[in-house]
Amino acid sequence: MSANFLDRLRAVLLAILLTTAFAVPALAGPFEDAVAKFANDDFSDTDEAIGAVAASGNPLAFPIISALQEGRLSADPETKKVFVTGADGKIIDAATGAAVDKLPDNAAAVRLNNRLRRAVEAAVGSLTLLSPDPAKRIAAAQSVFKSHEESALPVIDGALAKETNKAVKAAFAEARAAILLYKPDATEVEKLEAVAIVKAKGDQEAMALLTGLSNDVPPNVARAAASAIASIQSNLATWSMVQNAWYGLSLGSVLLLAAIGLAITFGVMGVINMAHGEMVMLGAYTTFVVQEVIRTSYPGLFDYSLLIAVPLAFLVAGAVGVLIERGIIRFLYGRPLETLLATWGLSLVLQQAVRTMFGPTNREVGNPSWMSGAFELGQITITYNRLWILCFTLAVFVILLAMLRYTALGLEMRAVTQNRRMAASMGIATSRVDALTFGLGSGIAGIAGVALSQIDNVSPNLGQSYIIDSFMVVVFGGVGNLWGTLVGAFTLGIANKFLEPVAGAVLGKIAILVLIILFIQKRPRGLFALKGRAVEA
Amino acid sequence: MLTQLTHDIATVSRRRWLAATAGLVLGLAAFSNAKAQETIKVGVLHSLSGTMAISETTLKDTVLFLIDEQNKKGGVLGKKLEAVVVDPASNWPLFAEKARELITKDKVSVVFGCWTSVSRKSVLPVFKELNSILFYPVQYEGEESERNVFYTGAAPNQQAIPAVDYLMKDEKVKRWVLAGTDYVYPRTTNKILEAYLKSKGVKQEDIMINYTPFGHSDWQTIVADIKKFGSAGKKTAVVSTINGDANVPFYKELGNQGIKATDIPVVAFSVGEEELAGIDTKPLLGHLAAWNYFQSIKDPANEKFIKAWQAYTKNPKRVTNDPMEAHVIGFEMWVKAVEKVKSTDPDKVIDALPGIEAKNLTGGTSKMLPNHHITKPVFIGEIKANGQFDVVWKTPGLVAGDAWSKELEGSKDLIGDWVGKKCGNYNTKTNKCGGQGS
Repeated sequence: MSANFLDRLRAVLLAILLTTAFAVPALAGPFEDAVAKFANDDFSDTDEAIGAVAASGNPLAFPIISALQEGRLSADPETKKVFVTGADGKIIDAATGAAVDKLPDNAAAVRLNNRLRRAVEAAVGSLTLLSPDPAKRIAAAQSVFKSHEESALPVIDGALAKETNKAVKAAFAEARAAILLYKPDATEVEKLEAVAIVKAKGDQEAMALLTGLSNDVPPNVARAAASAIASIQSNLATWSMVQNAWYGLSLGSVLLLAAIGLAITFGVMGVINMAHGEMVMLGAYTTFVVQEVIRTSYPGLFDYSLLIAVPLAFLVAGAVGVLIERGIIRFLYGRPLETLLATWGLSLVLQQAVRTMFGPTNREVGNPSWMSGAFELGQITITYNRLWILCFTLAVFVILLAMLRYTALGLEMRAVTQNRRMAASMGIATSRVDALTFGLGSGIAGIAGVALSQIDNVSPNLGQSYIIDSFMVVVFGGVGNLWGTLVGAFTLGIANKFLEPVAGAVLGKIAILVLIILFIQKRPRGLFALKGRAVEA
Repeated sequence: MLTQLTHDIATVSRRRWLAATAGLVLGLAAFSNAKAQETIKVGVLHSLSGTMAISETTLKDTVLFLIDEQNKKGGVLGKKLEAVVVDPASNWPLFAEKARELITKDKVSVVFGCWTSVSRKSVLPVFKELNSILFYPVQYEGEESERNVFYTGAAPNQQAIPAVDYLMKDEKVKRWVLAGTDYVYPRTTNKILEAYLKSKGVKQEDIMINYTPFGHSDWQTIVADIKKFGSAGKKTAVVSTINGDANVPFYKELGNQGIKATDIPVVAFSVGEEELAGIDTKPLLGHLAAWNYFQSIKDPANEKFIKAWQAYTKNPKRVTNDPMEAHVIGFEMWVKAVEKVKSTDPDKVIDALPGIEAKNLTGGTSKMLPNHHITKPVFIGEIKANGQFDVVWKTPGLVAGDAWSKELEGSKDLIGDWVGKKCGNYNTKTNKCGGQGS
């Protein structure tokens, strides 16, 4: 009997144990319920889950939301369990915080769409307002400014009172102003103050906020907002002039970079080199190959990939240039039509060769971290890649100029191009100098390719899009003069960018072409014409 | 002066070069004619060099792959299929020459080809005159229905209109930037979209239209303009019909200037998996594309196709895209039609094609309509960090392609009906064939 009783007791205990074990999820609190919704793979459920988790005050809320933002939150659709993979690779159960060894096989990342991404950004904003890192607090304040959710107001007020950092304080004040502007029951005085603060911010976001204001605000506020919009607009109009000038400089630097090699081969040597664009393309493909090798073998060096690619691109394109000069062009000196045809054919051959080797599709060349993103200067956005390309172009220009002026090779080059027979009489090996000059021009085109791979497609057609522009710059600037190329490139760049907003991209380009044709009629030798007997030769 | 000279010489050299290639191809064609008698010839008219090679080379491979698969199954009507590949080199007049060569010299039974609308317009007279069949696999501007052409890509109502609807309903977009490359497809699509948006109550000042040349690479001003346009306090979106190479610098500039999809989403009609393969997609997260097929769609037929395609190209990373699926559907429809009439005679096949059904790769069955367009599902996908798309919305069923847009004044009364009316532009108001499109 006793044994029987014990058996029964064991069974009952086991039953209790089992029910409690299975009942736990059902009895779980609202936080656990909310987390489980992530596993439904339904956008509206995910939306609810984000709101509930962010408002829960649970210490796990921030890790969950930030994991969701970065695609590190995954869910198992069958067991409805949700997991956070930490930035360090550690995995925890999102509902309990317990560590997990590995993700189940069928766990998939929780999907987001744009609406949810906005919700996540707002949630992260309200969760990081009290972060110890000032940069994070500013970012949080900015996302609150954008979402102007009323619910964030108490947190902002609290944070503002405690804040000591000046920049963060300003960002908090702006965020608070944005909320008050859109809060229906804020007083008129509060709203007027808010308009003033937003007006002082003075950028496009501030303008968006003010223009989006509904019509049912008190008339005084509406008037203040309208005058604030007008003043921001006139301020932005001035900045847009500065912006056009910057865009012009940046376009000019790209033109200069593409044309500078041609200024040597066409400008100094007089070879109409239609394959110039393909040298640029070879440089870009060299960058691609360098990055591929780095990606597979030395991923740590990725940020230096461009620095490594520059000398290699110079060597590759330069070597091809020397080959072309020795193999084709040296037989064609003084016969511009044949040179033109031969180099045109060569450009097709090179394009097709690259197409066969690397395929017809674009190749991905990544931006190193120091070339990605942008910074704000006043009210204009300056992107790092454009800034670096401008610096790089000027550096290449200065080095080239110094080389032509101060090195023995430079002296020989100038001598040969000015008077070939006299240079030969002086004992200069003119054919060797020809090869080296052509190689130098091609090598510089290769370097241009490294920079252009950062802003354009790396495809076999890369060169074609630059060849016309390059000739335009060199002819406009004055054949045979590097300074002319510099001034020509920047003039064309800036003129293009001031015409583009008025006339549109297509008409702007046509207008530039017409202007150049008219200019060449007036000054056939370009901006900076060479003078003296050398020209007549 | 120099430009003129360059141009003249370029034309001369191109002509000479063309003559040479044409000669070479003729020679090869003659050779292959002598070799094989008992095959059915399938023409492939896609650019393998020049600007469009980036997109069209894949389609050439797709047709070769489909022919290969069909031959493994025993061919068609007991005969093996044989591909005749020509290269029109992204040169529009050359498309017409090559098409003529395929039909008259090589005697192909059907041609799969063309990408840009201008190349299709260039070959149209040839297909009409010589009475052959063209399967055209790319989304296009509509306003056309020809007896000899079967359009397996999307018409505007199968791509552009649903995408705009999605943005209006789900993203509550109130302000629109219509940005495109300056040629016939973007201009017509934008005209249709503008009319559609206005019919939905969008005001003129809330629409900005912008065109750029082919291969445009300096997007700083335009992206800054978009940013400015988007800061008017209303939700703004960009509808992009930018085509080809210009997309990469456009998206790079968007990323660099910090325009995120959560602020101003861009929905593109010409950017697919192939185009994204050349970009670092992390800054593009959440931007949209509208297509009738995505590689990421989970469906057994799709998974099987991707596997076979990657095995055929011996590249486990090779992506698939929408125009490829269009060729898959078109090819199957042609095979079914030929088997139905037991002949490759163009007239019989053309009459047999409307009504033929073929499984698409996304779990549905597409049908050839009397206007020579097909039914397709429409998907909206968001760009993911790995260069694939995540489908966020789709039409409940298949959408029938309209040859003539219902949004434009000149074309809303027209229909294409090659079964009952035997007419590509039948005016339902006047009950006459031969109405004009816009």
